[in-house]
Amino acid sequence: MAIAPAPPHLAPPLASASAPAPTLQVIYERPEAMTEASTHYCPGCTHGIIHRLVAEVVDEMGVRERTISVAPVGCAVLAYQYFNVDGCEAAHGRAPAMATGLKRVLPDHIIFTYQGDGDLASIGGNEILHACARGEKITVIFVNNAVYGMTGGQMAPTTLPGMVTTSSPYGRDVLTQGGPIHITEMLAMMPGVAYAVRRSMHSPAEIRKTKKAIRKAFEAQQRGLGLGLVEVLSSCPTNWRMTATESLDFIRDSMIPVYPLGDFKVHSELVG
Amino acid sequence: MAVRGAVVIDQDRCKGCELCVHACPQHVLRMDTEQYNRRGYRPVLLDESENYCTGCAVCALVCPDVVFTVYRYPRAERAAAAA
Amino acid sequence: MTKTLWKGNEALAEAALRAGAEAYFGYPITPQTELLEYMARRMPELGLAFLQAESEVGAINMVYGAACAGVRAMTSSSSPGVSLMQEGLSYIAGSEVPAVIVDIMRGGPGLGNIQPSQGDYFQMVKSAGHGDFHAIVLAPATIQEGVDLMYESFELAFRYRTLVTLLADGSLGQMMEPVEMPPFKSWPAQRPSWALTGAKDRDPRIISSLHLGAEHLEALNLHLQEKLGGIARQETRYETLYAEDADYLLVAFGTVGRIGRSVVRQARAAGLKAGLFRPISLWPFPEAALDALADQVKGVLVVEMNAGQMLEDVQRIVRNRVPVQFYGRMGGSIPLPDEILPALQGLQPTPRQQNGRRPRQVPA
Repeated sequence: MAIAPAPPHLAPPLASASAPAPTLQVIYERPEAMTEASTHYCPGCTHGIIHRLVAEVVDEMGVRERTISVAPVGCAVLAYQYFNVDGCEAAHGRAPAMATGLKRVLPDHIIFTYQGDGDLASIGGNEILHACARGEKITVIFVNNAVYGMTGGQMAPTTLPGMVTTSSPYGRDVLTQGGPIHITEMLAMMPGVAYAVRRSMHSPAEIRKTKKAIRKAFEAQQRGLGLGLVEVLSSCPTNWRMTATESLDFIRDSMIPVYPLGDFKVHSELVG
Repeated sequence: MAVRGAVVIDQDRCKGCELCVHACPQHVLRMDTEQYNRRGYRPVLLDESENYCTGCAVCALVCPDVVFTVYRYPRAERAAAAA
Repeated sequence: MTKTLWKGNEALAEAALRAGAEAYFGYPITPQTELLEYMARRMPELGLAFLQAESEVGAINMVYGAACAGVRAMTSSSSPGVSLMQEGLSYIAGSEVPAVIVDIMRGGPGLGNIQPSQGDYFQMVKSAGHGDFHAIVLAPATIQEGVDLMYESFELAFRYRTLVTLLADGSLGQMMEPVEMPPFKSWPAQRPSWALTGAKDRDPRIISSLHLGAEHLEALNLHLQEKLGGIARQETRYETLYAEDADYLLVAFGTVGRIGRSVVRQARAAGLKAGLFRPISLWPFPEAALDALADQVKGVLVVEMNAGQMLEDVQRIVRNRVPVQFYGRMGGSIPLPDEILPALQGLQPTPRQQNGRRPRQVPA
């Protein structure tokens, strides 16, 4: 691990053993619920941030040792390598069903799925619909980047109208290819859903709000209130053919008008 | 006395996405132009030539790859360091 | 132990509970739904996890999830439902978690009908999903045998960390017979060392069928093949009747295997030295035993409730040493002794050489 050169006018470099290292207050360090592995995600892809927020929440709630992750098929297919918890790999779209099986036999464990928009809103639509209908006490992290990332940027149910992808090369034509699915709003109608919100990765402030939302979604599970779902608008620089920072602007300027941020269901015990 | 901080950058984890450079309120981060890291990216670099790090950790907040570990100097050291 | 009268589906359900089943996830589909209904009544009484899923796709993935926790999980379905489960079965096999699935076969292909059939032999024995794997496939001929095989199923699944399939046709699921129900099995309290229980005081465990490196996936597959070889050596099961001195061999499984007993007795009474070979484990198929018998007989008749599926295994094993004829009924029709016996007698000298696969002949 290379140490950044300490600025000249400050105390000697942190790592040098000779000079007495000043007693420093640690402001931020890698969460324990995150492994040391470097992720395979593309540079600037905000999957990495969302992983970290989940890990921070798991640490803060002190549940790492009884948490089990269910990874999807998609860019996050290797998520179980990045969460420092027991994990398993679901078939494409089936994570809510697999999580249901786990939760039904391990009711005192914290089970969460981490899914993309193709995984959850397309092939897995029926699985998430019924997990919500049953009010499964699980937490669902739903990453919406408007495309199928892993397979190279195809159209997803969440692709924006007119958005060009490799399978909507002329721009998504709503008349023939349907319009964006607002699945979080739909699922929020289910009585079994205790918490359903949409957040975003496009600015530090929004990242902080996302973490609070993830915390509440895990609290919904911990307190047995019902299913907790957090949809996070996330970037895909590679498949959007943008830089990492342009991608955040795209989220703010193009995605949010189609997918407004907000709370669609908040159980009374989770308010505040 | 201004809050003073420092960051330890795990340069080999950095993928050169520059999200931190844009987010840093003190503008003390820039991309390394001399060296590549093990993965072939230009890693981020702490550059306090014109300004200093306050340890606000926004860089760590926006970093997708947990490149930053952020510290802050307690009040006493700050005074000594500034003298 | 006294015998009590049980409907097949319910007997299999209770036997699974006696075998130590802890979690059941299923979906309604005739002709197996009574198994699910029985579990819906019984499992809550025993404090066990029961859930009717949104679909067979949901059900098998719930089984997969529970199995990852080292729990004895199972499902049941029928032909079209099992087709929907195949992706999940492949994941289960690929990640070597134990699970039990009951397939009460119905008429196919397509929606077919709810009549009994053996049309899933290929599906369950040859390819229960994509990739190279086999489930242990056990085919009971009676409800008692179904109970006994179910009673062993979880032990087999956990010993080999594999899928165990109970394959029976709709008639076995629907009919009633006197059965001796075995006692509840006791199991060790702690979960297996591979199970997901929460990384407390240990490194995290990962259960996944993903191996991106070709060498890793090949190593996994070589391991699976080695394991399957071990299963084949130890878990082959079959039954014979009058086979020792038989001139002609009738090969049939499940319900048709049971009917075969009557046919063989009637043939003997009519002076034809016939014998029955009834595979109980369809995978691993009792190849050595059939291979040996093929040297002793003058002809083989395979009878199935399909267009000839196990037939291909029998032909492979007999290797044309003697003629192998086929008699099949489909659509849910059950071949009865009065139509099988003439086919068996037809094996005797001066029969026309046939291609081994011919449509059923409607008796005069």
